[in-house]
Amino acid sequence: MLLEFEQPIIELEGKLAEMKQLAESSRVDVTEDVKSLERKILRLKEETYKNLTRWQRVQLSRHPERPYTLDYFYNITDDFVELHGDRTVKDDKAMVGGFGTIGGQTVMLVGQQKGRNTKQRQMRNFGMANPEGYRKALRLFKMAEKFNKPIVTLIDTPGAYPGLEAEERGQGEAIARNIKEMFMLKVPVICIIIGEGASGGALGIAVGDKVLMLENTWYSVISPESCSSILWRSWDYKEQAAEALKLTATDMLGFGLIDGIIEEPLGGAHRDPDWMYETLKNRILKELKPLMKQSAEERINNRIEKFANMGEVVE
Amino acid sequence: MSWFQRKVKGITTPTEEKKDAPDGLWFKTPGGTIVHTRELKNNAYVSPEDGFHVRIGSKEYFEILFDGNKFTELDANMSSGDPLKFVDSKPYPKRIAATQESTRLKDAVRTAHGKMNGLDLVVACMDFAFIGGSMGSVVGEKISRAIDHALKTKTPFLMISKSGGARMMEAGYSLMQMAKTSAKLALLSEAKVPYISLLTDPTTGGVTASYAMLGDFNIAEPGALIGFAGPRVIRDTVGKDLPKGFQSAEFVLEHGFLDFIVDRRDLKNQLTTLLKMLKD
Repeated sequence: MLLEFEQPIIELEGKLAEMKQLAESSRVDVTEDVKSLERKILRLKEETYKNLTRWQRVQLSRHPERPYTLDYFYNITDDFVELHGDRTVKDDKAMVGGFGTIGGQTVMLVGQQKGRNTKQRQMRNFGMANPEGYRKALRLFKMAEKFNKPIVTLIDTPGAYPGLEAEERGQGEAIARNIKEMFMLKVPVICIIIGEGASGGALGIAVGDKVLMLENTWYSVISPESCSSILWRSWDYKEQAAEALKLTATDMLGFGLIDGIIEEPLGGAHRDPDWMYETLKNRILKELKPLMKQSAEERINNRIEKFANMGEVVE
Repeated sequence: MSWFQRKVKGITTPTEEKKDAPDGLWFKTPGGTIVHTRELKNNAYVSPEDGFHVRIGSKEYFEILFDGNKFTELDANMSSGDPLKFVDSKPYPKRIAATQESTRLKDAVRTAHGKMNGLDLVVACMDFAFIGGSMGSVVGEKISRAIDHALKTKTPFLMISKSGGARMMEAGYSLMQMAKTSAKLALLSEAKVPYISLLTDPTTGGVTASYAMLGDFNIAEPGALIGFAGPRVIRDTVGKDLPKGFQSAEFVLEHGFLDFIVDRRDLKNQLTTLLKMLKD
């Protein structure tokens, strides 16, 4: 899939391919031209991706080729065992989790899962979990605590599912309980936004000692589209809404609402997934180290303290 | 020629001397009953005939709950910042100023402590009139400090929710208020201080998905709309009409997320009975 602002890059890349082909068939020496064009493309890419508008970042965060939660789980671990079910209603396919080993350390991995094609998207409910998804996550968190293993959550959701049954089974209660319980978890918790971080649906698994965002992701109280429809009473102001919401990783770090940003390859995580997996894995291990040295009490106090300080009021 | 001849000229009262029934003297419930507002006030703002619970704010709840309407308000002057420099149809600070002017409230929650039937109680009560009772930094901070006060003094905490959810104009900050208030409630819970959450019409969105659903006792007023997603959003998502009574307090009770529904006229005494049981 091609995003509008990537068009000039693709055009140049097309030209480069042509030139290389020409060189092969005609044996004209174009080495210099190729090099110059390659430099030009790199410059253009750097320019483009450095100066993305907030809405363009939102588009990148939703790129259908981006690595999803299970891609990370399988690629950052040596072993991964998926665990299913909330033990009450069913197994929510939009919320996945299980034990995995990262660099010799066993961790509990939990996150929202999107689908790649129509069938999968339906099965995964577009990454929108139901209450049983949040309860499944909580069950796994508690199990991690029981066996004293740190928790890593990956967040990628357009929101908790706003459905009929979701309301019947207490979507609000499920999310609220997770948020509260996560504060009291005795083990280290690292939360990483890898795509979309929409509202309570994201926060329901995003209370941690370290909350990090990948470079091209967003995290806010509402999606730009819904914000546009409510405040501007039309779906057409999503660009303005994205600007107003200040929902990018840089914004959120600037506000002190997250703890750090994880760099992505030029053009987004999907341009070099292997690099991305390696980077994410190393970052998790790096963040875990100091956390594992703290006592459970210290971690819980710091966790509460951190979130308690969020907000800006005038007195 | 008309049959009757007017001897005196028709209406002679000048406009400024005309006696008009003042606005808001009578209240019409959705069921069609008409009640005098004085009668309504004496009846805890519940229509005596059909039991309809009129939406009221912190002023009225404090009046109903605190003995002799005596209470100490906490953080009465806290008001909103504008960390995002948010502008939609108008800049956020202007919206705040205009709302403060029209509602004479500082933000969407007021917190206080006082006595209820002689028992100490900390109350946080939301005001829907203030930007739909939306939760921004002020709401989060005031509730957090009220919980701090409850923790310090080991006083039971009552939260009266009435909100459309998060305040979009504070975006990320607004979201984190869900985390912040829940963190404080976790501490309150550890300290074994009772927390009663009263959900009133309407309680939706981020408020439902945080403090409103975290009570030791979750209770609600009859007929209140309670849900995570709003009914319009759900209808658009599932593409069919919602069943009658969907997301009403009675529906939420039936599905196991409320302890009981309480008539506002019995609220004070019911809360007292419950808190007394926990005392020794």
